[in-house]
Amino acid sequence: MNDLSPLRAGGHDREPVRNLSRRGFLGAASGALLLGVGLRLEPAVAQTRAEGPAAVAPKPGTRVAAFLEIRPDNSVRLLSPFVEGGQGINTGLAQTIGEELDLDPARFAVECAPPGPDYAVVNGLRMTGGSFSTRSSFEAMRRLGATAREMLLRAAAAKLAVPQASLTTEDGRVIHAGSGRALGYGELAAAALALQPRDDVPLKAAKDFRWIGKPVARLDMRDKSTGRAVYSIDIRIDGMLHAAVRHAPHLGTEPEAIANEAEVRALPGVQSIHRLPGAVAVVADTWWRARKGADALAVTWTKPAPEGVDTVSAGFSSAAMLAALKDSTAPGIPAEQEGDPDSAFAKATKVVEAEYDAPYLAHAQLEPPSAVARFAADGSLDLWLPNQMPELFQQVAAKVAGLQPDDVRIHSPMLGGFFGRHFYYGPASPFPQAILLAKATGRPVRVLWSREEEFGMDAVRPLSFARFKAALGPDGLPVALQTTAVGEGPIGRWFGALFKSPVDSSVVEGLDKKPYAIPNRRLDYVKVPHPVTIAFWRSVGHSMNDYFYESFLDEVAQAGGKDPFDLRMALLTDSARHRTLLQTVADLAGGWRRGPFTAEDGTRRARGVSMASPFGSETATIAEVSLKDGEARVHDLWIAIDPGSVVNPGIVKRQVEGAAALGLSSTLLEQVVYEGGQRQARNFDAYPILDRERMPRVHVAIVESGAPMGGIGEPGLPGVPPAVVNAVAALTGSRPRSLPLSKARLSGA
Amino acid sequence: MITLTINAQPYRVEAEPDTPLLFVLRDSLGLTGTKYGCGIGQCGACTVLLDGQAARSCQIPLESVGDQAVTTIEAIEQDPVGARVVAAWVGIEVPQCGYCQSGQVLAATSLLKQTPKPSEDDIAGAMTNLCRCGTYNAIAAAVRQAAA
Repeated sequence: MNDLSPLRAGGHDREPVRNLSRRGFLGAASGALLLGVGLRLEPAVAQTRAEGPAAVAPKPGTRVAAFLEIRPDNSVRLLSPFVEGGQGINTGLAQTIGEELDLDPARFAVECAPPGPDYAVVNGLRMTGGSFSTRSSFEAMRRLGATAREMLLRAAAAKLAVPQASLTTEDGRVIHAGSGRALGYGELAAAALALQPRDDVPLKAAKDFRWIGKPVARLDMRDKSTGRAVYSIDIRIDGMLHAAVRHAPHLGTEPEAIANEAEVRALPGVQSIHRLPGAVAVVADTWWRARKGADALAVTWTKPAPEGVDTVSAGFSSAAMLAALKDSTAPGIPAEQEGDPDSAFAKATKVVEAEYDAPYLAHAQLEPPSAVARFAADGSLDLWLPNQMPELFQQVAAKVAGLQPDDVRIHSPMLGGFFGRHFYYGPASPFPQAILLAKATGRPVRVLWSREEEFGMDAVRPLSFARFKAALGPDGLPVALQTTAVGEGPIGRWFGALFKSPVDSSVVEGLDKKPYAIPNRRLDYVKVPHPVTIAFWRSVGHSMNDYFYESFLDEVAQAGGKDPFDLRMALLTDSARHRTLLQTVADLAGGWRRGPFTAEDGTRRARGVSMASPFGSETATIAEVSLKDGEARVHDLWIAIDPGSVVNPGIVKRQVEGAAALGLSSTLLEQVVYEGGQRQARNFDAYPILDRERMPRVHVAIVESGAPMGGIGEPGLPGVPPAVVNAVAALTGSRPRSLPLSKARLSGA
Repeated sequence: MITLTINAQPYRVEAEPDTPLLFVLRDSLGLTGTKYGCGIGQCGACTVLLDGQAARSCQIPLESVGDQAVTTIEAIEQDPVGARVVAAWVGIEVPQCGYCQSGQVLAATSLLKQTPKPSEDDIAGAMTNLCRCGTYNAIAAAVRQAAA
């Protein structure tokens, strides 16, 4: 038995932190993210560092050689700040850089860059998430391509001894028209990359774009259609051992004794058995042998607290947690306030009230999480792992391994789906286990969680609850809205030390910043912590809050005798952008009608409508639904999205469709249920996700309003649950205020 | 020692007879294009062909493979139907994260080998693998294109 001491994620070291000088949405966040893993760094210190010795650090996104390797055949290897997980960012970057570099995007090979200050292009931070990649880096990546092209031109001018102004480029070659001579980028690369980059290279005019804004073919389609794409789970290292893990049945408990350790160690291929924080592991020569060993271990665990929701107690349940949220009487912290709601309610013609809830959700990405750890002879560490934030994982891995961050090399393969799964979530991340086991065995070790362990340990979308109260005037229009959001979100949990605001934005987003002209509003946030590991989940707070709000808005419409589409249009008097979008989705759907109506195939159907403002983009959604065998059947989803402008409309449409599928899956089917302190579903048989049979047609219209660029990966999701539920309410005459719909058998009104 | 025929090549495998074919392929033979998703035959990420028929390799013990010919994604383009399926997958740009797509391509190849002109019901009946990225409509479109 190897006893590995529990991790100490905390600590008070002052690790070198690079590039904290840039401000912006996450400008202060880099510090906070590090604080999230237990490092302490005062903003003033960060500022001093950035302006002192760290000031020599490169401005992120500017050092051409850190990003581009131009090969002899004029193709390019791009080291990307972002990780590809299906969202198409590799192709988008190739289009964006290729546009200014004058190189066909098809000639780019893109991989995720190692940790380094050059890649902190998301407002001074590096992450793949928040639908930030394209919108945060678009300008910088264009500039990078243009700067590289200018260096190639300058190198060519010197080589050909002609004025630089006499040279042009053409898809990977520099051309001297006067003499008919041409030099490939590959021939020029070494000389060009040695030049000092200029910082004043002009960018192309949008009217001259060849690739930006076009549905350029994705770069990864062939590898992903032939099994050649390599994910973390596919990494093979010479001499590698395989580890299977069994986690404590109650989060927070520890292994106490193993009754049959000698027997398990005698199984074929088993090398060793280990205790880990909150888990036991079997290491073997193949993963299947390790897993059989782990399954066979007879472990007794320490006892959880008998009851309560402060910890994952023996009595903890999702039902008890929801009751705790509902029962909370703590005063709220104002998150948004406008006008005078109190006097508006006092004068109301009618008051409407409702409560909504949505469950814990699993990410259920199809690639189970894994990590490979290998210590080199000099004690430094290589780590291959799925991650959305290499520098953060490097920091945590260094602490686990007892190394300096620079001694940890992070490799970030393509992700087999992520949806928010691969930020650092403490016990939901397998890589610390791989590090401890590699250390204990002296061999490279791969830890792979079985699907059952993943359903047990995945960090979940928080179970959520909100209360609404609306005041209606004599004309049936809402004059005041009081909203209370109760719970805890991933921003507060993982990045709370950074964001000093007492309001957790990931709990209230989607309830705030709505476009509707309701003159008196108040939104309160009440913090009630969850004892379980909570996470970002595609569209985060919007994933439930737009369902809450836009469903309640239909209740307001009904109470005021208004059609839900007409009410929204009436409340959008202040925003031509939103009116255009709402009209666009109606046109896309062949006109608005709520129903119920009889469709051509004889089914009785209804439509629901919703709007959302997620991640800098705007959406309007219509769903057409019928009922069959007590279940909602969604036939069509029409989604209009206005992200301001787009890089690749083909990828945008597919991302919106994929996000809509996930939103529908959560609406119809998904919930992580705790009973007796344990998660009930441990595989897809008990946690059904959207299958092909339930997939509706999805029609997407892109509106490029020219507003600042918004996100794409997540915004297609939030409008779907309310549009579907609003249609269901029209069909059944009763309003589902709790998801998923599969909890109840639906029947027509 | 058990002998398998995989992608028309003989392989000798040393493993317990109850080891799922999936892990023999991935861990013993390094054929990692076949994916582990759920291990209980629910998701279909591990789909291979056994004598041309789609099968979920996580549910097939090594001892039951016998002399059936195993085809994995690595060799799918050597089959003319498989090559058409891959061409449709690339042309329609089906994959997003791509993790489930080896299994989807194998399931589609199996369908079109048995039923060259499938109806919509045939497609629904055969294409039951899960995709968390929601590429189902693109998958159906690619199957139709490969059948045309």
